[in-house]
Amino acid sequence: MSQGVGVAGLYVRDQEEALQFYVEKVGFRVHTDAKNGDYRWLTVQHPDQPSFQLGLFAPQPPTVDEATAQTLREAVAKGAMPPLVLTVDDCRAAYDRMSAAGVEFTQEPVERYGAVDASFRDPSGNGWKLVEGR
Amino acid sequence: MTMEPELLRRLLRAKDRMDVASHEAWPVRRLAKVSGVSQAHFARSFAAAFGTPPHRYLLTQRIERATALLRETNVAVTEIAFETGWASLGTFGRVFRDITGESPRELRAREQAAPQDLKATPRCFLRAARRPHLTIAVSEKRRREAGAMTGSEQTEVP
Repeated sequence: MSQGVGVAGLYVRDQEEALQFYVEKVGFRVHTDAKNGDYRWLTVQHPDQPSFQLGLFAPQPPTVDEATAQTLREAVAKGAMPPLVLTVDDCRAAYDRMSAAGVEFTQEPVERYGAVDASFRDPSGNGWKLVEGR
Repeated sequence: MTMEPELLRRLLRAKDRMDVASHEAWPVRRLAKVSGVSQAHFARSFAAAFGTPPHRYLLTQRIERATALLRETNVAVTEIAFETGWASLGTFGRVFRDITGESPRELRAREQAAPQDLKATPRCFLRAARRPHLTIAVSEKRRREAGAMTGSEQTEVP
């Protein structure tokens, strides 16, 4: 086994919507989708990164109380969650593919200092930077 | 105050649009359309969501853009003013000083003389972090500073 970060999660407003977004539009695949009553442990991963899972979690009771869940949903919808970066070989090609699939881009690809980057958001409001690896 | 996440998500869309094109004109009518809310509700909802009215948010974005161009390029101040969305050089200079406390030329001289070691931080995140933190209207800030400098606050003599 390899050591390192195994799972890091995002809060999403609707897990089904997030699953569809990250699998069908971004191109990730499902790693684990386990329902335990109202609780759903859902993780996806990049096809080239088998040792890392991105969790798509809903802020909801009893994991957090209802008032906290509401606060978290609001924070996500305001774009206040921490930065996320997706590295690709070709930013323009990824942009073309993803925007054709219906991803909401907040910045089209721009070349800065020899590298191309773009920005998109998931339906909940989590913001991603799409950057070309060097 | 509790706000509907769906509404916040739509207001975020207006904020995103200002971020990517802060040099453009963003009247409330245009922003409200992006968010799909009425003009009457837009400004109030935006301020409740993001802690600052939309026009002030736009102002701080423009000042951040201008500051970055002053720091990183040798483009003339006049050109930077027009590139970042100001209709006149005079307004740009005045608002710039009101917000940053320096003239564009002073800021450029100081920043370009200072060593830069920010290469490790992705630019877009750095930009968000460097946006001026403007908690009051520019006119109010100007008024308060003028008051402080001249000591015009009257104290009552008992």
